Amino acid sequence: MILGVRWIAYKGKEPDILLMTTKISKYSGSGDPSTPSGPTGRLRRRRGSNEVPPEAIKENGSDLLVNDINKYKSMLIRTYSSVWMIGGFAFIIYMGHLYIWAMVVVIQIFMAKELFNLLRRAHEDRHLPGFRLLNWHFFFTAMLFVYGRILNQRLANTVTSDKFLYQLVSRFIKYHMVTCYFLYIAGFMWFILTLKKKMYKYQFSQYAWTHMILIVVFTQSSFTVANIFEGIFWFLLPVSLIVINDIAAYFFGFFLGRTPLIKLSPKKTWEGFIGASVTTILSAFLLANILGRSQWLTCPRKDLSTGWLHCDPGPLFKPEYFALPEWFPWREIPILPVQWHALWLGLFASIIAPFGGFFASGFKRAFKIKDFGDSIPGHGGITDRMDCQMVMAVFAYIYHQSFVAPQSTTIEMLMDQILMNLTLEEQLDLYTKLGQMIQGRQFGESYLNN
Amino acid sequence: MQKDNDSGGPSTPSGLTGRLRRRKGSNEVPPEVVKANGNHLLVNDRNKYKSMLIRIYSSVWMIGGFAFIIYMGHLYIWAMVVVIQIFMARELFNLLRRAHEDRRLRGFRLLNWHFFFTAMLFVYGRILNQRLANTVTSDTFLHKLVSGFIKYHMVTCYFLYIAGFMWFILTLKKKMYKYQFGQYAWTHMILIVVFTQSSFTVANIFEGIFWFLLPASLIVINDIAAYFFGFFFGRTPLIKLSPKKTWEGFIGASFATILSAFVLANILGRFQWLTCPRKDLSTGWLHCDPGPLFKPGYSPVPQWFPQWFPWREIPILPVQWHAAGLGLFSSIIAPFGGFFASGFKRAFKIKDFGDSIPGHGGITDRMDCQMVMAVFAYIYHQSFIVAQSVSIEVIMDQILMNLTFEEQRALYMKLEQILQEKVFGES
Repeated sequence: MILGVRWIAYKGKEPDILLMTTKISKYSGSGDPSTPSGPTGRLRRRRGSNEVPPEAIKENGSDLLVNDINKYKSMLIRTYSSVWMIGGFAFIIYMGHLYIWAMVVVIQIFMAKELFNLLRRAHEDRHLPGFRLLNWHFFFTAMLFVYGRILNQRLANTVTSDKFLYQLVSRFIKYHMVTCYFLYIAGFMWFILTLKKKMYKYQFSQYAWTHMILIVVFTQSSFTVANIFEGIFWFLLPVSLIVINDIAAYFFGFFLGRTPLIKLSPKKTWEGFIGASVTTILSAFLLANILGRSQWLTCPRKDLSTGWLHCDPGPLFKPEYFALPEWFPWREIPILPVQWHALWLGLFASIIAPFGGFFASGFKRAFKIKDFGDSIPGHGGITDRMDCQMVMAVFAYIYHQSFVAPQSTTIEMLMDQILMNLTLEEQLDLYTKLGQMIQGRQFGESYLNN
Repeated sequence: MQKDNDSGGPSTPSGLTGRLRRRKGSNEVPPEVVKANGNHLLVNDRNKYKSMLIRIYSSVWMIGGFAFIIYMGHLYIWAMVVVIQIFMARELFNLLRRAHEDRRLRGFRLLNWHFFFTAMLFVYGRILNQRLANTVTSDTFLHKLVSGFIKYHMVTCYFLYIAGFMWFILTLKKKMYKYQFGQYAWTHMILIVVFTQSSFTVANIFEGIFWFLLPASLIVINDIAAYFFGFFFGRTPLIKLSPKKTWEGFIGASFATILSAFVLANILGRFQWLTCPRKDLSTGWLHCDPGPLFKPGYSPVPQWFPQWFPWREIPILPVQWHAAGLGLFSSIIAPFGGFFASGFKRAFKIKDFGDSIPGHGGITDRMDCQMVMAVFAYIYHQSFIVAQSVSIEVIMDQILMNLTFEEQRALYMKLEQILQEKVFGES
């Protein structure tokens, strides 16, 4: 607090009591500042804690972190909250798949709440009671749809022991799409029936905004959860790479940053960007080796239990030994094939994922907001932390589906799936379909050979 | 009438008194129309016969063209859906574009079409990959190309999308951020609305033209019946959003739709061209075993039917009961798509989405109820008619994408062995 006052006095301005109160309350997370009138009788305009103070926007050149005198203080606060976030995250990883899923759901709810609140205009909302409830209705429908699709098979595998529950779950799986559709249509009809005469434009904008938020939030979280159940490795590695990239960019920029990177984010520098890229790719290679040795992280979870996991990790996690030149202390090093995949993930995390951050910065500039929220001291809201993660989660899922799964899917695995998950009728059905597909191709090839 | 038929906007003549008239875009609602809310029922409109003639003329052309395309087959229907999509997207893209801001942002419209192309590749690649694989069995080179495409389909579409995303960010201009973000969000909403319903429509088409033709016809019948019931009997307004709609039209159309659904399903269900699914992308004639839904069950005519009725028992296809359900949905819930579009036009003060079709407005005006119906028809079909387990689809997908042809054959042999043991072991 004292540092804050000294900083403002150093800047050569009359101590702006309101600005000081705003900064302090933002760090400690308490309520809005009030509007005192100063001794000269002028009413100071209440500055929302989310608005960018105008002098920050004008001095574009001197915004680099190297020049900011307050940087050590802010670095301490950011480090403090980062340590808490990383510690909590590591604990959840230890607890297991189901708890990670719960964490993703909680993060989603907070992100959606921040984003729903963002463009809401208070005075119009008073005319429309129940409109916020509509937003949460759509949120609930989306959650049912997305998680129902991803987890229906695993849900069925969990309740095989109880006949009644199994019937209930199979019925749920069968009519899952219809249920979600009718929930959505109910929300759609409710929206239309509550359109009020002079508020059409506001209501339609809010409706579109709700859809955009839900799409952004649920696409990436559904892919994240799909990755988790394929093996925590495929969730933990991309997330860690983004965190490493962020931290490395921050410190490279802190100590070496000179050339600004992009006008959208004036605090980012080319030195930070390149330094972080090299660091990320290197740590991807190493981290994959370390993480790939743990069965807790590499085994897929076939049901919704929480116990310990044992499985055959598959060809990707079996070490191959490479011989090294003489001047190295070790004769040969074990390389897991998955490390080469991790290199690609690292490359993407350092080059393309930051564009998620640029998008969020541009968005904040467009709508003149400083942060999406203020839940995390020194970092802003949850959406501020998740912007790059979202782009990475989608890429990790698609990469896994296209390049990793074909390598690690074997005939035995598919046979196991078929025998375990399908009833006899379904197996016969699959058999006929597969036969049709193969015979079609066989006929074509033999025709060609003749 | 001039507004409905001409394409360009009116110019700005300055009147003899020297006043400059504000140029009224052909899409803006003339203020007197909005104020006289009560006098809007079709019964009171003097010009109604003239407008009815124009609507009938263009309706006849639309229905005729549609019937021709149905006769041509699945591939041509798909092409028609794609063409309709392109026109809808173009209408909607143009709608909220502001001319003076666009002049400073070159290449921004190109970005919209880039996202459109990516969405098309993604959606149709997913639906048709299985059928595409079945079509190119004869040529090994094409076969390799197609399997490569199927395998790397998601990655390709993802990188196309990311390229567009990065292009968008790199072309953000200083004082235009808000406009550009608004346009970006608008583009996404349009593509979602347009592609969700068209992807479900195309999925329905390849399951059997019946499942595309019946819902589309029901919406058309509902529209036409509501128009004529409102024309002759309309008195009580239905909803403030659409002042021309009446309760009499709504209820009359509901009855007409459910009845015609029942009858139409019987007529349409007798043709193999309409009821057989298409397994590949060929265009030839189709023969198949239609399945239990399309086999007539004879039920005796009830006692209270008059004596002169020639038939003692009537053939009812089981699918007719499903059709009654579809009819119910299309008369009660699908009109909400029309209300949504009306509310949207009121909110943004536009009269029609476009002016391609004389008497009806733009293509989006015709498709608004169809969109809601297409999604419902697909979901109904997947849940109640096919009753296909999601697990089979997931496993088939995995087999198709992750195994080579030899591995697939090996899996098939193994499965054959195990199933034979199971089936013959039990008997």
